Amino acid sequence: MQVGLTVNGRPVSVEVEPRTLLVHLIRENLHLTGTHVGCETSYCGACTVLVDGTTIKSCTMLAVQAEGAEITTIEGLADDGQLHPVQEGFWERHGLQCGFCTPGMIMSAVGLLADNPDPSEDEIRHGIDGNLCRCTGYHNIVRAIEYAAAKMRGDTPAPAEWEEVPA
Amino acid sequence: MYPRSFEYVAPATIDEALTVLADNEGAKVLAGGMSLLPLMKLRLLSPELVVDIGRIPGLDQIEDKGDHISIGALVRHNQVASSELIQQHATALAQAASWTGDVQVRNRGTLCGSMAHADVAADQPAAVIALGATMVVKSSGGSREIAAGDFVVDVMTSALEPDEILVEIKLPKRGGGSAYDKLGRRGGHSDYAVAGASAWVRRENGRIADASVALTGVGTKPMLAHGVIEAIQGADATDDAIAAAADRAAEGVTVLEDLYGSVEYKTHLAKVFARRALSQALAAAS
Amino acid sequence: MTTTRLFGKAIKRKEDPALIAGTGRYVEDVRLPGELSAIFVRSPYARAGVNSIDTSAALEMPGVHAVYTIEDVRHLGSLLAQVPVGTLKPLLADGQIRHVGEAVAMVVGDDKYLARDAADAVEVDYDPMDAAVDLEDAATDRITVHDASNVIHTWEAGDSDGCAEAFGRDDVVVVERKMVNQRLIPVPIEPRAVLAEWNPGYGTVNLWSTTQIPHALAGAIATTFGLDANDVRVIAPEVGGGFGCKLNVYPDEILCTFASKMLGSPVRWTETRREAAVSTIQGRGWVATAKIAATREGDIVAYELAGLADMGAYSQNFTIAIPVLGQFTAPGQYDIPNVHFKIDCVYTNTPPTDAYRGAGRPEAAYYLERSVDALAADLDMDPAELRRRNYVKPEDFPFTTKVGMVMDSGQYAATLDRLLEMADVQGLRAEQTEAREKGRYLGIGLTTYVENCGLAPSAMFEGGFSWAGYGLPSAFNESATVRANPDGSVTVVTGTGPTGQGHETTWAQIASDTLGVPFDRVKVRHGDTHDSPMGIGTFGSRSAAVGGPAVARAAGRVQEKAARIAAHMLEAAAEDIRFEDGKAFVAGSPEQSVDWDNLVATAYQQYQLPEGLEAGLEDVAFFDPTNATWPYGAHMAVVEVDPETGDVELLRYLAVDDCGTVINPMIVAGQVQGGIAQGIGQAMFEEAVYDEQGSLLTSSLADYPIPTAADMPSFEMDMTVTPTDANPLGVKGIGEAGTIGSAQTIVAAVLDALRPLGVETIDMPLRPKRVWQAIQDVGQGGEG
Repeated sequence: MQVGLTVNGRPVSVEVEPRTLLVHLIRENLHLTGTHVGCETSYCGACTVLVDGTTIKSCTMLAVQAEGAEITTIEGLADDGQLHPVQEGFWERHGLQCGFCTPGMIMSAVGLLADNPDPSEDEIRHGIDGNLCRCTGYHNIVRAIEYAAAKMRGDTPAPAEWEEVPA
Repeated sequence: MYPRSFEYVAPATIDEALTVLADNEGAKVLAGGMSLLPLMKLRLLSPELVVDIGRIPGLDQIEDKGDHISIGALVRHNQVASSELIQQHATALAQAASWTGDVQVRNRGTLCGSMAHADVAADQPAAVIALGATMVVKSSGGSREIAAGDFVVDVMTSALEPDEILVEIKLPKRGGGSAYDKLGRRGGHSDYAVAGASAWVRRENGRIADASVALTGVGTKPMLAHGVIEAIQGADATDDAIAAAADRAAEGVTVLEDLYGSVEYKTHLAKVFARRALSQALAAAS
Repeated sequence: MTTTRLFGKAIKRKEDPALIAGTGRYVEDVRLPGELSAIFVRSPYARAGVNSIDTSAALEMPGVHAVYTIEDVRHLGSLLAQVPVGTLKPLLADGQIRHVGEAVAMVVGDDKYLARDAADAVEVDYDPMDAAVDLEDAATDRITVHDASNVIHTWEAGDSDGCAEAFGRDDVVVVERKMVNQRLIPVPIEPRAVLAEWNPGYGTVNLWSTTQIPHALAGAIATTFGLDANDVRVIAPEVGGGFGCKLNVYPDEILCTFASKMLGSPVRWTETRREAAVSTIQGRGWVATAKIAATREGDIVAYELAGLADMGAYSQNFTIAIPVLGQFTAPGQYDIPNVHFKIDCVYTNTPPTDAYRGAGRPEAAYYLERSVDALAADLDMDPAELRRRNYVKPEDFPFTTKVGMVMDSGQYAATLDRLLEMADVQGLRAEQTEAREKGRYLGIGLTTYVENCGLAPSAMFEGGFSWAGYGLPSAFNESATVRANPDGSVTVVTGTGPTGQGHETTWAQIASDTLGVPFDRVKVRHGDTHDSPMGIGTFGSRSAAVGGPAVARAAGRVQEKAARIAAHMLEAAAEDIRFEDGKAFVAGSPEQSVDWDNLVATAYQQYQLPEGLEAGLEDVAFFDPTNATWPYGAHMAVVEVDPETGDVELLRYLAVDDCGTVINPMIVAGQVQGGIAQGIGQAMFEEAVYDEQGSLLTSSLADYPIPTAADMPSFEMDMTVTPTDANPLGVKGIGEAGTIGSAQTIVAAVLDALRPLGVETIDMPLRPKRVWQAIQDVGQGGEG
């Protein structure tokens, strides 16, 4: 079947089987490999992308269901080389280690902050509980999202838990 | 991870969808896909035809119909959780929806899909049942209404015939207060319910004039707790009366052991959450 | 003068720009023209004969290129192992299934969807049999996994008689507890993946793999296929977490290579999450009894740990060696006169076990600390005081333990005190008392640990831990190449195999400091056996302690040569040359300087160099430390238990760890935090559960819950710094510390909460059902 959709602002049309998962269309047909696959039961969230502005797990959506949809993946987040504040937050606050869950985690954080610009720690933790990370213990992911939320509100982020040193 | 091949149609109207279902034995209805797609990816379910109702307009509304609230087949969990109408008139359901899955699942999954999937440990069916909702079911031959308490018939089995679609849930606006509480698999309110209960209570003059309680996670299906209901109707609105009624939570329930609890434990939890849900519902009703 | 010294500073990671942009390259992101996909047919039974395999229907399906069974690959022999004791795994089941999910056939097709369809069409006739699943039952040999006793090895150390005598003393209190340290599934978020490309023209193999040990894998491929090491190139690009489970050579890596050779196309396989539960190793799985004795004043006089460790069905890379890592740390931080350790390694009809974060040491710390806590309760002593009283004292280092290890350094009491100060324990106890009056059950758990890290020195493992099975030298040294490129940029090539630990950053900090080259001009390469000198890999918290000094040494040699060149250019003495801020200058007269870039350009021009110096500016170094390292720490958890449901809420988690000198405190904190979360996962949620027939009931993340953000508090942390003398950097390693310190801390807190109800012991995971049951078992229901 032919599926037409817009990915990161670019209209595309792709021939897929009905059974092709959206994540495979993104990764294998469009070669946008930042969206990852970590499980098959919708638990890990590594495949999280925005579909028409809301976060979904692209391993649990058929490509054909995305006909006409606007999709944003991690590759579409930075604006003209300028990191999205959430991406910046993850770098500034060591919100990642192996990086595999990171694109999905960042997309979830983007979705969270769109709905709730000033989330409490508890709201952040529940807002990303559909994304599993096995490296960080989430501590610095929460700090990264707090950093981004502050930046996006025009506030000064809280200082890091370590002495910040420019390399 | 990789489903078997299937044919796919995305009808533009509900009538078209019903015709396709009538003509194709072995077809499955796809709405949010949060239950169906994982089963297909694990090849536990391999329909020959998937009928995607996701493009049918008008099914994604929560509407105030005066004496009831209408919830369409494509209303997602996050809509249910954040609807002021539901928060006000069906607090239990809004609470259950907010504890269903995670953000991404709530953004895609539908309440009607959750009812049709009939998971033994799902949150929202308990609330829908306790709130005395009516399920509106259509086929190409017509439509019928099923009381929520009769809709889930067995382990992952609803009353839907293969050619039927659950198109609407009608939640009666019958006043009183409601609540849903549970113990989740990772503790607290996380994930599926190890055990949970939803209660609806109408209070009059210090007595419980009318009430309903439904359980999830305990038996073969989300279901009414008949023993509790019998005991609490007309009882004093006191902690003792509630505790006594809640003690009958497991009456008539075939309690199932699973990874998360023994029969003894789940029987105990059924009582605990029946009590907690009733207390919270009573507080909300006051 | 500005300093360029980055060592010890929280420098933002070099790894991150690609990873946050989604342009990081993992194995699944590498695509080759014409690649095919493999899918395995796996046994639904744990123990069964294989009567026949009918591949004909699968072979006729469109897009299917081959279906392989053991008949096709028997000539390649068994899977190789680092510690080849016991029975090695056949590449595909050879007539007999020994664990659920054991691969029976491999289907190769145009894509994974088609290959999956064909795999479903492979018909296998099984003859299912009763399986040896329960560890204690397996140890009786009622059912044997292979044609020999299931008990394949026993690790024993210390003095059994001395312990028996001490336990028999009439002036001591003895506490004995049988405890389970349950089986775990590692769950790195990136599933394992392989892409093999056999190029017949070159006669070479390129193998992309999610491995922590590229060189060992290359050795295994070369040995299996009779190739030279230089014919095999293993590339581990970004690897999405490992935690030990990628510290293994797996059948799929051999089989994809074989299929690529046979089919003339690259062949890829990526495990699905549910498949990973059986196709990748699991961890832990001990059932053991710990016995401890102390005088009434609290002097511990004997400690014994004896029991069984579950090996699963085959010996993989390190399988039978895991318990000995627990033996190394069995007495913990305590100066105990009598210690005895005896663990039997037992085969069961379950997937093989091997290294999982901590590997043997979390088990050891768990049994010891639970025992010390039980002792404190029996003696009615403050758990902190009992520990402090028995610690090895700072002045006693190097300290030789009763299991024959030499511990390097530690200020155990100081670290404990820092934790107690941070936690305000007296305030917490008051809060607890107040809560109990209101019917709320708060618990405070405190435990401390020491681990054995920096896996090396080579001599310590001579013979027992040989890499010879992979055709490699038996050694645990680590390596680095440091090269100043002609434009002045610096490349560090490391033998370590990071999976998120930040080596690109920390190694660059070391090289940048040594050469005075700006950080952003240093790039660290890893995970390509064609690039890097022989390295052992990243595991056992060894990279900083073994690989870090190798980088420092190689950089130091490059600096020495650069100093000679600079001395020549500046007409000064080499020993007076200093490197900072991209310049080489004469000590005391910074105006006498040469730009680093000029210096390096000169280095590549033979005719500009003084006599006796060769052109070029690079060196390779190997490092083998004099001892392992012994990081340690003190952890505390505060929980609230709902006795009516058994629900445990983790309120606070505090940790003070000491990993010696710190290269990058931001990265160290991250390692500790992630490790703590994994220990909390074991304590609260995780367990690989098998039914009586050996089916795994917890293969999906739906039934094997790992911690989410909503389950964790923010961590309250600090460090103390007690350097090691085992390496010139003074670093001890930190990758596993959090995991080794945390599980028993959670259990201690829950038991503390339940003490008023009479609960004295409980096994992990502390799922609500188990907590509730523990309360029922002591006859005090939490009703009402």
